[in-house]
Amino acid sequence: MERIVIIGSGQGGQQAASSLRQEGYQGQILLLGEEPGLPYQRPPLSKAYMANGDAGALTLKPASFYDRAAISLQDRTRVSRIERVTREVVTEAGARHAYDHLILATGARNFRPPIAGLDAPGVVELRTLSDAAHIRDSLAATGHAVVIGGGFIGLEFAAMARAAGVAVTVIEASPRLMARAVSPGMSARFLELHREMGCTIIFDALADAILHDPHGAAAGVALRDGRQIAGDLVLVATGVRPNVELAADAGLVCDNGIRVDGQLLTSDPAISALGDVASFPDPDGVHIRLESVQAAVDHARHIARRLVHGSAADYAALPWFWSDQGKFKLQIAGLSTGADRVMSLPQPQAELLVLAFRAGRLIAVETLSAPALHMAGRRLIGASFEMLEAHGFDLRAAVKAMAEPV
Amino acid sequence: MKITFIAADGTVTPVEVTAGESIMRAAVQNDVDGVIGECGGSMMCATCHCYVDDAWTDAVGPQEDGESDLLDCAASEVRASSRLSCQIKMRPELDGVVIHLPESQL
Repeated sequence: MERIVIIGSGQGGQQAASSLRQEGYQGQILLLGEEPGLPYQRPPLSKAYMANGDAGALTLKPASFYDRAAISLQDRTRVSRIERVTREVVTEAGARHAYDHLILATGARNFRPPIAGLDAPGVVELRTLSDAAHIRDSLAATGHAVVIGGGFIGLEFAAMARAAGVAVTVIEASPRLMARAVSPGMSARFLELHREMGCTIIFDALADAILHDPHGAAAGVALRDGRQIAGDLVLVATGVRPNVELAADAGLVCDNGIRVDGQLLTSDPAISALGDVASFPDPDGVHIRLESVQAAVDHARHIARRLVHGSAADYAALPWFWSDQGKFKLQIAGLSTGADRVMSLPQPQAELLVLAFRAGRLIAVETLSAPALHMAGRRLIGASFEMLEAHGFDLRAAVKAMAEPV
Repeated sequence: MKITFIAADGTVTPVEVTAGESIMRAAVQNDVDGVIGECGGSMMCATCHCYVDDAWTDAVGPQEDGESDLLDCAASEVRASSRLSCQIKMRPELDGVVIHLPESQL
């Protein structure tokens, strides 16, 4: 295999390139990215970067790394199509790049909900460094920010804005925060925390239109029930959609992302897909798509190992997620989908712990500002309810007991 | 300020950093092999595991709360001198610190 092309230079694409070299791949690697500059980490954009504005700290690897590892990085490069018959990708500028294997790491883009007036100045979104820099610049002159969407990004921004002295109202369509990601108990705890931070949160509310001031700039949000929320900055944080167009146009099977098998191969064996854009089978064979650094990085490593050493066991890495909101760290190990028993366990002198079980086995652990419990939780996924019960649901004691020879 | 990294194979890499920078970021930004820092310093992984040189353990100080549980998940042997390098921020008394890197982080 002489030449591997990677489309997408986010953390997953970058990891695929570096893992290929770590595994000993000797051929050419071409990494194509749309954004300017070196690949960088997105998670801090809504966290540390909002606070300190240090873009340099986000860079994944310095320029010297790409030279040393002979990874040809082309930024500001948009691919317009994949020609599978001749195994070439064609850029918008007309360049053709042949591949022996192609890795699609095209990621996701922000969803634009059907709200009138989203193009008004003062309406912002957060996905790229450029988005984050723009928000950061605007924040100093912002009196009241309105956030549409009470998920990770919206709430991380809300906490940062509150810390910067900006008034914040969050509009959430569902009856609770982070409904797609966490249990009702954890949602309730974060509602308390955000209210303590001084954030106003409105539930079961759908945004209908952006309000404008006489100059045409955003002046707030009109809700479908007639209420009006005034604000001079509006952040739209209503989730993402996978960037499947290149793959779909090339005839690859797509269904909530680019469909891949347990080896992360698409319906064309010369093409793999990873990260936010990949719909991959979980250990039960159900196709899922995860929007996380963990999935991007672990997918990338799996693909690199396969390309260099051949197929091995199917991808089965444990999913984990985190979100820093103010000084609170939410950590999730596993996936709670299909849970038939969820236990909220308030901890003495510590924050809430939530355990989710399915068919008597632990499938997910949510912790709050407790990295040690989170790590214990990761090692206990799959443990039986009875075993945990025997340890009084003390995860650290359970891990210790597991490690001891019977 | 200076940090000297010594890889498992003996490769020595001196690096210049400013105060406040974590040792993990210093390694990653200077392309030092042997430190990954997958979560970016969020205490979500153990891929920035390092061994503080014996002459520097007192100055650097002990593991922070929660660090030892993360280190339980580290790929290489955990010793008394083990730290997560993302949790060590450079300050004047650490100028010249010597950091040994494990064989593997994964």
